[in-house]
Amino acid sequence: MASRRLRLLLPLGGLAAAVALWSLGTALLARSVPIATHFAPLGALRALVGLLGEALLWEHIAVSLKRVAVGLAFAVGMGVPLGVLTGLSTLFAQASGPLFQFLRMVSPLSWMPIAVMVLGIGDAPVYFLLAFAAVWPILLNTAAGVAQLDRNWLLLARSLSATRFETVARVILPGITAHILTGVRLAIGIIWIILVPAEMLGVDAGLGYFILDTRDRLAYAELMAAVVLVGCLGFLLDFAARWLHRLWLHGR
Amino acid sequence: MNAPAEHLLAARGLAFHYGAQPVFAGVALAIRRREIVALLGSSGCGKSTLLRALAGLESPAAGQVSFLDQALASPHPRSALIFQQASLLPWLTVEANAAFGLDFRHQPAIAAATRRERVREALAAVGLAGRESAWPAELSGGQAQRVALARALAREPELLFADEPFSALDAITRAEMQNLLVEVVHRWHAAVLLVTHDIDEAILVADRILLMGGRPGTLLAEWTVDIPRPREDHPGAVTALRLDILSALRDTFVQPTADVA
Ligand SMILES: Nc1ncnc2c1ncn2[C@@H]1O[C@H](COP(=O)(O)OP(=O)(O)O)[C@@H](O)[C@H]1O
Ligand SMILES: [Mg+2]
Repeated sequence: MASRRLRLLLPLGGLAAAVALWSLGTALLARSVPIATHFAPLGALRALVGLLGEALLWEHIAVSLKRVAVGLAFAVGMGVPLGVLTGLSTLFAQASGPLFQFLRMVSPLSWMPIAVMVLGIGDAPVYFLLAFAAVWPILLNTAAGVAQLDRNWLLLARSLSATRFETVARVILPGITAHILTGVRLAIGIIWIILVPAEMLGVDAGLGYFILDTRDRLAYAELMAAVVLVGCLGFLLDFAARWLHRLWLHGR
Repeated sequence: MNAPAEHLLAARGLAFHYGAQPVFAGVALAIRRREIVALLGSSGCGKSTLLRALAGLESPAAGQVSFLDQALASPHPRSALIFQQASLLPWLTVEANAAFGLDFRHQPAIAAATRRERVREALAAVGLAGRESAWPAELSGGQAQRVALARALAREPELLFADEPFSALDAITRAEMQNLLVEVVHRWHAAVLLVTHDIDEAILVADRILLMGGRPGTLLAEWTVDIPRPREDHPGAVTALRLDILSALRDTFVQPTADVA
């Protein structure tokens, strides 16, 4: 009982301490840099409440979430088949291993100029960057899932004279879904981190764009509000991904 | 239904090798309806491979297997398989696990109501009535193996292939499961090929014991077990047979060879 209350109180206490530090920091900074007062928590909170009442902010949020969804869809569409192939074929795994490791370690944002040159300005290069950043955890987790499939499940399917479709749909895909969902959760985290900088280049909507816009309008309280909002939405996305994973795992 | 064949399963001149390494050769055996046959042999002597070949899961290099007088090319719909691990599908409930595969395309078509009834009956027979909606992760090892047994029974098999199904269980649970196996296969009128390396298990469960050994493996000896059940009540006869099997085993030890399996 006491421990459950503590589990609730501790995170709240941590957050409260952070807000207090934030408040103190802006107050101290304001002595030398007067503009810092605009970044204080109370103003940010007031700005956030105001913004949430405006349709415009919700449009930016919708645009960003749509980009997350499209980027994730591409990442899953590429990552799962490639992961299955990697898990099933040692030949493919060996041939692609170093290449994948190399590509994985190139910051996705490095591709931005090339992406814009090839795909033009607009949503397409953002989708590309998000998908490119997010495909790796999905690919690697899918491959690990295939490698960890219980051989007896496949033997069982064969003993039932399962068709190829039945084997894939009833054994292999559900058998690796937990791994895919782990990959998806990691992918969502990466996408959300890449999204804001990706939206600062050549687009005119989305949360990343909105942050630059507040800066240009010298609306610093709104800037801080946007930062807080990005954090909150990311938290919720991660929560949703975790919930999905748990839902699939049931009692496991 | 076919005219009743004398043998449910028959194999002649069966041979198998992995690459250049022979596993078994010249294996001939027959299993009658409702008969429990134990295939006994040391680890690595090729029992599992032979079982898979008899079940139609591996094609032998030589010889042939017939099921109800028909040559077997792929697993027969009236045969079922259980392994050392229960290998339940963790994303399905106990009930869905027991029903797994009944609706596959190459399985005999049965109405959904019949399917539910069969699954209910099988789960009740293995003592899991009321646990239908449990998840595999909530089960003990013995309970999971019961579900695996129910999954096989739900298919109303003529022949159950069991590859060391109880060797991962503790001694008490194993004894329980051995008795349960005998009880349900009698009730289902099924025959069993039980692969085991446990002499006592073979004696307690089987109507007939086949001893496998040698390199490549062959069937070396055979015993008919006519000790009345429950066999725990006849320790003298059980001990006598165990000694008999042990001495046969000692005679068949092959010279250690240089190759490392
Ligand atoms: N997939 C495989 N590839 C090559 N050799 C194998 C394979 N599976 C089993 N073997 C070998 O075949 C022999 C028989 O194996 P197995 O049938 O599993 O024996 P048992 O079930 O009696 O322990 C062993 O020597 C084993 O190393
Ligand atoms: Mg074996």
